Amino acid sequence: MKAAVIVFPGSNCDRDVAVALEQVTGSPATMVWHAETDLDGFDLIVVPGGFSYGDYLRCGAMAAHSPIMRALVARAEAGTLVLGICNGFQILAEAGLLPGALMRNADLHFICKDVTLRVETQASPFTRDYRPRQVIRLPIAHNEGNYFADGHVLERLIAEDRVAFRYCSATGDIDDAANPNGSMRNIAGILNERRNVLGLMPHPERMADAALGGTDGRAIFTGILAALT
Amino acid sequence: MAKARVHVTLKRGVLDPQGKAVQNALARLGFTGVDSVRQGKYLEIELAEREPEAARAAAAEMCRQLLANTVIEDFTIDVGD
Repeated sequence: MKAAVIVFPGSNCDRDVAVALEQVTGSPATMVWHAETDLDGFDLIVVPGGFSYGDYLRCGAMAAHSPIMRALVARAEAGTLVLGICNGFQILAEAGLLPGALMRNADLHFICKDVTLRVETQASPFTRDYRPRQVIRLPIAHNEGNYFADGHVLERLIAEDRVAFRYCSATGDIDDAANPNGSMRNIAGILNERRNVLGLMPHPERMADAALGGTDGRAIFTGILAALT
Repeated sequence: MAKARVHVTLKRGVLDPQGKAVQNALARLGFTGVDSVRQGKYLEIELAEREPEAARAAAAEMCRQLLANTVIEDFTIDVGD
């Protein structure tokens, strides 16, 4: 499996996700600077977390127009797997690869803590290795993770089984108390129509090794590997 | 040369927690009768284009492609010297 990790000025989770990928796949990921224009030959493209372009204008807005994004959009439309984590999710939304927007957290605080999530669908390369409705624990670390979409977009996401993860209680209940940032319907991650693009605010790469405090994020990477082999 | 003055604000109906926090702070300072505060961005763009309608059209395209996220934001444009 050949994986690319896009590096923008201000990315800071690029190496973490490369380590997690290599642990699972056994082969090193290729770090691709945002000024590059070619992504041919990769099976997976990761848009990592961080603060690309210092979050100028809006989170992800500048990165969404980086030179590499034209190639990324073309590869996504051709079916290559694309994983956007945290700022990567914001970038994919700004680029129009995923619907909706990530707004300022409802309580205006930067939130850095572990949250519990319910896996809402197994029908994607990213979530196939989780059990149905499995409750997992992953860290979030963001200021703008408050998912917003128009009503008809939300209804479509739900009708098409494209909500991948929702914030939940420790027992798997979806309620306001378990919603850290005000996201509509507790949405933490969504898939595109073709199900080859996933964006999520939590950080699976930070929970992919027992030494880091947990392994609940690992199944995303094992699922991708299984889907590609 | 024309100058486009662009305001980008959250759409009506989209919650604006920053505006709400500012409103609460104004109330704490003793300003009464503040019914609502909406926070936004203001950009001044100097354009080589002299013709006002062409300048406005260019600024509108900039808003659609970059300056505003039209999923959550509206924009207004004033063109002057």
